[in-house]
Amino acid sequence: MKGLFILSGLGILAMLAEIFKFKKVLYPLVLIGIIVAYALGFTEWNANFNIPMFSNMIRFDNVALAFSGVILATSFFWFILANDYFEKDHITDHFALVLFALVGALMLTAFSNMTTLFLGIEILSIPMYVLAASRKRDLASNEAGFKYLIMGSFASGFLLFGIALIYGATGSFDLMAIRAYISHNGSELPAFFYAGVLLVLVAMLFKVSAAPFHFWAPDVYEGSPTVITALMSTIVKTAAFAAFMRLFLVTFGGVNETWGMILSVVIALSLVVSNITAAAQQSVKRMLAYSSISHAAFMLMAILANNRGMASVSAILYYSLAYSIGSIAAFTVVYHVSKEENGSSNLEAFNGLAKRHPLMAVCMTVAMLSLAGIPVTSGFFAKYFVFSLLIGTSFNWLIILAILTSAVGVYYYFKVIIAMYFKAPAKHDGITIDSSHAVLLLLTTLITIALGLVPNFVIEIFG
Amino acid sequence: MLVGLLIIVPLIAGLLVFGTKGKASHQFALGFSIVEFALSLAAFFQYHHNPASSELILNCTWVESLGIHFAVGLDALSVLMVLLTTFLVPLIILSSFKNEYEKPNAFYGLILIMQMALVGVFAANDGFLFYVFWELALIPIYFICLLWGGENRGAITFKFFVYTLLGSLFMLVGLIYVYSHTGVDTGIKSWALTDLYAAGKSLDINQQSFVFWCIFLAFGIKMPIFPLHTWQPDTYVNAPTQGTMLLSGIMLKMGTFGLIKWLLPLTPLALEKWGGLAIGLSVFGIIYASCIAIVQKDYKRLIAYSSIAHVGLIAAGILSCTQQGIQGGVMQMLAHGINVVGLFLIADILLRHTGTRDIDKLGGIRSMNGNFAVLFLIIMLGSVALPLTNGFVGEFLLINGVYQYSATVAAFAGLTVILGAVYMLRSYQNIMLGERKDSAIAFGSLDGTDKLVLYIVCFAVIAFGVYPKPLNDLAEEGTKIIMQNLK
Repeated sequence: MKGLFILSGLGILAMLAEIFKFKKVLYPLVLIGIIVAYALGFTEWNANFNIPMFSNMIRFDNVALAFSGVILATSFFWFILANDYFEKDHITDHFALVLFALVGALMLTAFSNMTTLFLGIEILSIPMYVLAASRKRDLASNEAGFKYLIMGSFASGFLLFGIALIYGATGSFDLMAIRAYISHNGSELPAFFYAGVLLVLVAMLFKVSAAPFHFWAPDVYEGSPTVITALMSTIVKTAAFAAFMRLFLVTFGGVNETWGMILSVVIALSLVVSNITAAAQQSVKRMLAYSSISHAAFMLMAILANNRGMASVSAILYYSLAYSIGSIAAFTVVYHVSKEENGSSNLEAFNGLAKRHPLMAVCMTVAMLSLAGIPVTSGFFAKYFVFSLLIGTSFNWLIILAILTSAVGVYYYFKVIIAMYFKAPAKHDGITIDSSHAVLLLLTTLITIALGLVPNFVIEIFG
Repeated sequence: MLVGLLIIVPLIAGLLVFGTKGKASHQFALGFSIVEFALSLAAFFQYHHNPASSELILNCTWVESLGIHFAVGLDALSVLMVLLTTFLVPLIILSSFKNEYEKPNAFYGLILIMQMALVGVFAANDGFLFYVFWELALIPIYFICLLWGGENRGAITFKFFVYTLLGSLFMLVGLIYVYSHTGVDTGIKSWALTDLYAAGKSLDINQQSFVFWCIFLAFGIKMPIFPLHTWQPDTYVNAPTQGTMLLSGIMLKMGTFGLIKWLLPLTPLALEKWGGLAIGLSVFGIIYASCIAIVQKDYKRLIAYSSIAHVGLIAAGILSCTQQGIQGGVMQMLAHGINVVGLFLIADILLRHTGTRDIDKLGGIRSMNGNFAVLFLIIMLGSVALPLTNGFVGEFLLINGVYQYSATVAAFAGLTVILGAVYMLRSYQNIMLGERKDSAIAFGSLDGTDKLVLYIVCFAVIAFGVYPKPLNDLAEEGTKIIMQNLK
């Protein structure tokens, strides 16, 4: 809760910085702010479990705090990655936009009312539309922003319509009230209530870019500046999943027959489409975009196993943490490689990276191993938890499909590793990177391995 | 404690070797692997002295809420397999002294880290840990084959990796499935081997069949069993010699060992139903691979196919679920590991000294180097299982075991003896005897390290053939435990 205030305050401060000329101190200020927000999260742990805020609009329970923790930690790493991004023009605007997006993300972890859900999604999305287009003179960036805006607005429209229908059926925006209404009047819910649930489902699937609602994602990911892509695929995704989970595990858990089957089809489609298309990509950035769809499918599988209670929640928490950390490392490397190659992140650009910058190659290897789900990286445990949730349910076939597509996944992740170690580089000069980025790479790599060795901390967080 | 050391020493050694440079990494690696061998000998004698010794068991909690333990322990079978691993790794390292590898520190570091994973696989008493070590063993060998392999290694290594990874993921699913049925009474799920055995037996036939095929896929790919073998010949031929030795000498045994410890007692019902089919595949693989081996020109590829034939017999013996079959499987695993390392070294020596491994282009090497001819002969005879060589004990028991299962199957499986003799003797005749070909002229004398390795292998072939009792006793004891669990 306090984190939300701090980030909002920082956002407003960032806008004032242009007028009062303290742009220079903004960057350290933001980093400190995030650390403070993170630390304050600990003081709230277990404390305000049942205290509703603002007429029960928002509720920072432990689940919300845990997801906020992931988002704040990732955003800290992201700000280190993005230090260049805040050096040219529009510094204060960029800061403000990112910070407000974070505010939206935090709201999505903690909403307890449909209105806060909508507010959170909009507060998160609108800055993202602008940020996607923030390389103003670049056609691809403009296209990305435009596409993102159109698709995102559509999704928001679906969401609003769905919320309205649900309100019509249950007479409430409050998540708990809706849940109670479902459990009391399970048999006599009107048809348009189910339509509402499905509309909300579609909107959320848009936001997490699951197939067949994924068409915007690759273009937007590729066109946006690399750091913004990193932001989208980590923080935005985590927030969207926190919201997805709260909606469908908690609120609509009682009507899972309605959305379960549809979700399983969506997952199967996402697994197949994303992995096969990713395997055919030449651009690593685009490949990561497609692979993020496949990871979304895995997280959706955890939601699908909706009778497992907190096990599902901690599986999603672990998955989003593992995926975010791995992605930050991968995008840091992609960022530097593409900077070296005038913006191209083609696979050839990675050729011989092991010779040109061994540290980056090692860290990228660990990141790829983690995304591919090889032990003892965090990505392995992430997949393991999802599998163990679903095994023995009627969705065994999804696991088999997930395994088969994972093998395809190994193909494209390892293509990068092979290129780095095995292909001769076009240029032989070394690459220099900031020491802060080197530290970032080391840190994310260590966390990836540490999470794989001791997953206890995350998985047992809810007791 | 000792068992913990056995796992941690190669890991630390591997990381240390990464930090060395040039020739030093070589010597460091050899030194550490000899230390590791000494440790495993200590474990071997400890086991003789007191099988229940606390030195041989280690059990710490890893992830409490999921019932995952870092539980390792050495029983009769794992002592043997660990002994094999730690015996072969120094030989493999020693045999590489004449090969100039780029970045030797990474090469030897990876070998040692792989050794850690292999020992872990053989010692694991926790299903999850077993899986983790199983996968960990794959990463170093992938990089060894990829970075130091022959031409076209990218695609071939990749095929190998995807095959094995796919198999192991299915194994993971099978294991999780069994795991999810543990703790029915207590409510506490557990990955411990004994709990998995109990849970596996409580499943009905359909569930067991699902588990059986999931896990069998992983082991079948690793060994490999027909028709899952297609990755193997190319990978063996393209990998650097040391990589091939690791793959065939030790890694292959992960599959057969897995069958004994992690599949048979887990799904006894499914084994009754599907064992016949699995044995059929294994036996078909024996004949199929032997026939292909007969027409091979490349000596390394010939050994690769012969390896499929041998492992087919091992698998058939194990799947027959008889005391002799399993015990013979264990003995043959040991013998095959030793012989195949020797044979691959010979293939490497041939290539280094004559520039070719093509059997047709070789000939008359005996007249250039009689010493080499004798060493080669001994190892080759071990491989065709002549009495008083190491291959005999295992093969005899294996065929005996398969015979108890079915006489017809044994008749087909027995063909391996004849076919094996055909391709082994014929290739020996072509390469070593006959008219001296141009390629043989420059053969010259062997390098010291090669000679040393060959001597050690020959010694093992004969010693183990003449006096197999200590190993055989252990294999018998280990098999008895498995047989009890099968009931």
